[in-house]
Amino acid sequence: MIKSLNLSISIGLLRARMKQSIVAAAGVTFGIAMFITLISFMTGLNQMLDGLIINRTAHVRLYNEIKPADRQPIEQAPEFNGAQHFIRSIQPREHGKEIYNAVSIIDAIRQDNRVTGVAPKLSSPVFFHAGTIEIAGVINGIEVDVEDRLFAFSDNVVDGKAHDMETLNNSIFIGKGLANKMMVQIGDMVGVSTTQGESVSMKIVGIFQVGLADFDDTQSYTSISTAQKLIGKPAGYITDIQIKLKDIALAPEVAKEYNKLFRVDAVDIQTANAQFETGSGVRSTISFSVGITLLIVAGFGIYNILNMMIYEKMDSIAIMKATGFSGKDVKRIFLNISLIIGAVGGFFGLTLGYILSVVVDNIPFITAALPKIDTFPVNYNPIYYIIGISFALMTTYIAGLFPARKAAGIDPVIIIRGK
Amino acid sequence: MMEKTTVLETRGINKYFYDPVKFRVLNDVTFNINRGDFVSIIGKSGCGKSTLLYILSTMDTEFEGELMLDGISLTKRTNEELSAVRNEKIGFVFQFHYLLAEFNVLRNVMIPGLKLGKYSAQEVEQRAMERLKRLGVDDQALKRPSQLSGGQKQRVAIARALINDPLIIMGDEPTGNLDKLNSDLVFDIFDQLAHEMKQTMLIVTHDQEFASKTDRIIEMQDGSIIS
Repeated sequence: MIKSLNLSISIGLLRARMKQSIVAAAGVTFGIAMFITLISFMTGLNQMLDGLIINRTAHVRLYNEIKPADRQPIEQAPEFNGAQHFIRSIQPREHGKEIYNAVSIIDAIRQDNRVTGVAPKLSSPVFFHAGTIEIAGVINGIEVDVEDRLFAFSDNVVDGKAHDMETLNNSIFIGKGLANKMMVQIGDMVGVSTTQGESVSMKIVGIFQVGLADFDDTQSYTSISTAQKLIGKPAGYITDIQIKLKDIALAPEVAKEYNKLFRVDAVDIQTANAQFETGSGVRSTISFSVGITLLIVAGFGIYNILNMMIYEKMDSIAIMKATGFSGKDVKRIFLNISLIIGAVGGFFGLTLGYILSVVVDNIPFITAALPKIDTFPVNYNPIYYIIGISFALMTTYIAGLFPARKAAGIDPVIIIRGK
Repeated sequence: MMEKTTVLETRGINKYFYDPVKFRVLNDVTFNINRGDFVSIIGKSGCGKSTLLYILSTMDTEFEGELMLDGISLTKRTNEELSAVRNEKIGFVFQFHYLLAEFNVLRNVMIPGLKLGKYSAQEVEQRAMERLKRLGVDDQALKRPSQLSGGQKQRVAIARALINDPLIIMGDEPTGNLDKLNSDLVFDIFDQLAHEMKQTMLIVTHDQEFASKTDRIIEMQDGSIIS
């Protein structure tokens, strides 16, 4: 009863100053709308860029670096134990990049419940023949279905079907940049020669583009068995094991553990792609600070308008106090005004922010680097709407608090006697 | 003859102003007002009569001495408690009407009643209409205060003072802003309230003619009651 009386007085005061109230609410609306739009766009962009690299990269990658053996034979000979060894002209080990015992390592990793999936890979440098020229590149043998499931291979395919690599013999997917250089398209044959001198003719069944020139100009994919045959290695020969984890934050720890356990080199995504994390963080920080600045400016607007209203309404405040409203009631009335402006402005801000996000989402954004993107990316995460409205209410509450406290402290005797 | 009960009682009220120098505005003011009394306080400008009224109204709490309303001491109470006392027991009529421009006449009269919360909104509205009718301004109920004449506004202000059946009505120059015709009208209303409704009233005025028609005159000079 009393509560709704205070509220109805707040609404009455607001309606009497409709124009100013609308201007104040518009300040909040604008602040919130820009906050929502900016943050949705920025995080959308972040997700896209993260998706470009981070989601398509293994969280942990196991491989063998070409390097000399950690323990040289002489160190294993008991008669020289404890002696100082001088070894000249150490060479890398002869087995190259092969991961020994890959099949059982993969089986073991699949048992680990922190792991979502494991994909073996074989990569080898090759030359592509286009007429008389040779272009240096890399061929990657992959298990197509696993690769697709874990790293969204199909998302990068601009032409052809990924699954064709498994079903068609001697088939190959090549990068868009590479295809352009060689002026080939789907259905054409391309000559591939290995570093061992073997030369095979392969059929192009698809073209992919990930958006990184370094990658699209040199890489190609085929099924793992075709790759093994091509370089003359037995089934079971692989050079990389790519692991995707349930929690990406565990990657460094898991990498260290596997490095010890399987005695292979292991690199985690955080180490391999540190610059992307930094970029994402900076963009989020910028959009949050701009949005919050806008809201604080809107808060000052509300503060001004309430202050003005209180000066105008001195008489009303005095008589309300004379007729039995306490300072608390008066404070409540002015806080209500502020919160109504915040809530109404915030609500329209969310709506306008959503509309602007949809507009941004529909602006064409065509770039050769990003084949699957044709409009600006926008992230419609409801959490930003919740943050927006909470911050609007918080700002308006604080902006209203000081004028409301001033109104509560008005001495009716001074006003009434002053007449 | 009805037995006289004391409504308002003061004992040795002193009040000082400190700005620009310490100055004694009220000097040991002691008096009481009985139920049904129609009392005026007169005195020259600056004699402390308004200051006294605001102390009696509980709005000014910086004084020495004892103030009792309806047998209850009002000294050393919190602002919240005093607000509730004003709402329930005191009706105010000031020189200026102080109607809220944002609300219509009816709503203005209803607000203190709604604040009291003793009756439902419908009952408060009915009571407000009764009071507007008694004061002859019921036809203005749905207008904004700005659409009313000065006399009408003052009558609405009196209706607002009456909404909670106050123990006492306090007036500070209630006819000060009105012409002869309207001020006679307002006086008649007060007279009626006093003699027909037995409403206790305490009116501060400098209008000798107004005061002479009340039942009891308290005359003040330099902060003291002289008669």
